Amino acid sequence: MLVIKCPVCGVEGEEGDFHAGGQAHIARPASSNPENISDIEQSDYLFMRHNPKGLHFERWRCDRGCGKWFHAARDTVTLEFKGYYAINELPPVELMEQAKGYWAEHFASAIKSSKRPKS
Amino acid sequence: MSRYSIFSLARNALNYHKDWERAWRSAELKSEYDAVIIGAGGHGLATAYYLAKEHNMTNIAVIEKGWLGGGNTGRNTTIIRSNYLQDSSIAIYELARSLYEDLSQDLNYNTMFSPRGVMMMCQTEHELRAFQRTAHANRLAGLDCRMIDRTEVKRLCPIINDSPDARYPILGAYYQPRGGTGRHDAVAWGYARGADERGVDIVQNCEVLGINVKNGKVTGIETSKGSIKTAKVAVVTAGHTSVVMEMAGVRMPVESVCLQALVSEPIKPVIDCVVMANTVHGYMSQSDKGELVIGGGADSYNNYSQRGAFASLEHTVTALVETFPIISRLRTLRLWGGIVDMTGDRSPIISKTDVQGLYVNCGWGTGGFKSIPGSGFVFADTIANDRPHPIAEPFGMNRFAEGRFIDESVSAAVAH
Repeated sequence: MLVIKCPVCGVEGEEGDFHAGGQAHIARPASSNPENISDIEQSDYLFMRHNPKGLHFERWRCDRGCGKWFHAARDTVTLEFKGYYAINELPPVELMEQAKGYWAEHFASAIKSSKRPKS
Repeated sequence: MSRYSIFSLARNALNYHKDWERAWRSAELKSEYDAVIIGAGGHGLATAYYLAKEHNMTNIAVIEKGWLGGGNTGRNTTIIRSNYLQDSSIAIYELARSLYEDLSQDLNYNTMFSPRGVMMMCQTEHELRAFQRTAHANRLAGLDCRMIDRTEVKRLCPIINDSPDARYPILGAYYQPRGGTGRHDAVAWGYARGADERGVDIVQNCEVLGINVKNGKVTGIETSKGSIKTAKVAVVTAGHTSVVMEMAGVRMPVESVCLQALVSEPIKPVIDCVVMANTVHGYMSQSDKGELVIGGGADSYNNYSQRGAFASLEHTVTALVETFPIISRLRTLRLWGGIVDMTGDRSPIISKTDVQGLYVNCGWGTGGFKSIPGSGFVFADTIANDRPHPIAEPFGMNRFAEGRFIDESVSAAVAH
């Protein structure tokens, strides 16, 4: 059983109280470049998913509470939630740094830019 | 290897059963093979068996991280049917079902195929129409299936709640009389014995740690028991497909989720067919031991833990108590979860990959057991000839980019 806490309204519950929204941070290619999208890019957007054994980043909805969507980092082996963050945010840097495999590639540039001194 | 027969049984009985041979060797891993199959579940072992039997490839190994048949092969509800909607699906599932019919004779191992009939309940007008469509598609493909009415449902399955006042009344059913159940462990063991007899090495407790790729070609694999040189690697690891394929740098369009099942305490025979009630999301049959074997929908989130959500089980059991009021006071004997790999169109992937010599068979999702013989047969042919078998061809990985989906997720008669 999962124990989930909504970062928006603060209620805690199990998976029946929330709705799993699948992988987070999937950018729709057509939103930035609608003309030159290849079939591969479009099919990756629709069907290719990070499926890590370990730390995963997902969207969840607080179904029986405030009804808001939010992001969560969860371990797919221990089923523990490692952190929550807002629906319009990237994960906290320390969580991005723990990511492995395709997620590590995914966050590489975001980690780099977060380390850059602010001018 | 000695054949199992009434005479071998009698002979061994006279020896107090002390002289039975082991069903398969505990093979030592060699340093080089013509092909290595990763995963000794039903699909992997069937692939090895047909590679050896049909294609004369015997210098092959099946390596397994855990124990033989200990993954989803030992965790399903053993239902066998082929009444899918799409032509490609019908072809492969019917090949599998028809191979199941003679499998015990072919393997000389009792796989206990029991064509007891599978009924898919129609509990809404929409479901009735959808199944009629499937029925027509299946008849065109030559499948022995038919729609039956409420009276016949009640005759075939007297314990079903056929009250017109039910929340989801029984309007009829889609019936495949030649569908049924099999003995899941025996299927794995039978294929293992058959493959081993032909010289295939089955190595258990051997985890794959890496896949070596050079210039776009497979050169070997690294395992916990040493390195192996091989030009062909076949990945048949169900829920762990993404993890193993990542070792070769190949991304997979699958997600791993937990699918649970449970059995009740054993009772006297009450149901001699398989009933699937997809509107309420549950299915049930009775094992030879008397346990009611119950399954339902998969969980909604990624999971590698083989432990699912209580909410899913509760949902399944609630639905089945409504459908079969007689089971309401039975106790649960065991429950378990398996990690299934789901594709976007809920159809499997049997495919070559961009890496030469790397083959993948995955994405069977919630329907892997029924397809074991057919999947192994066409996958073996694909590996041996380095081109997709005609039945496997539509299931290539490139179908997602080409828009050739084999969409069973919305159209098919299946509990997803």
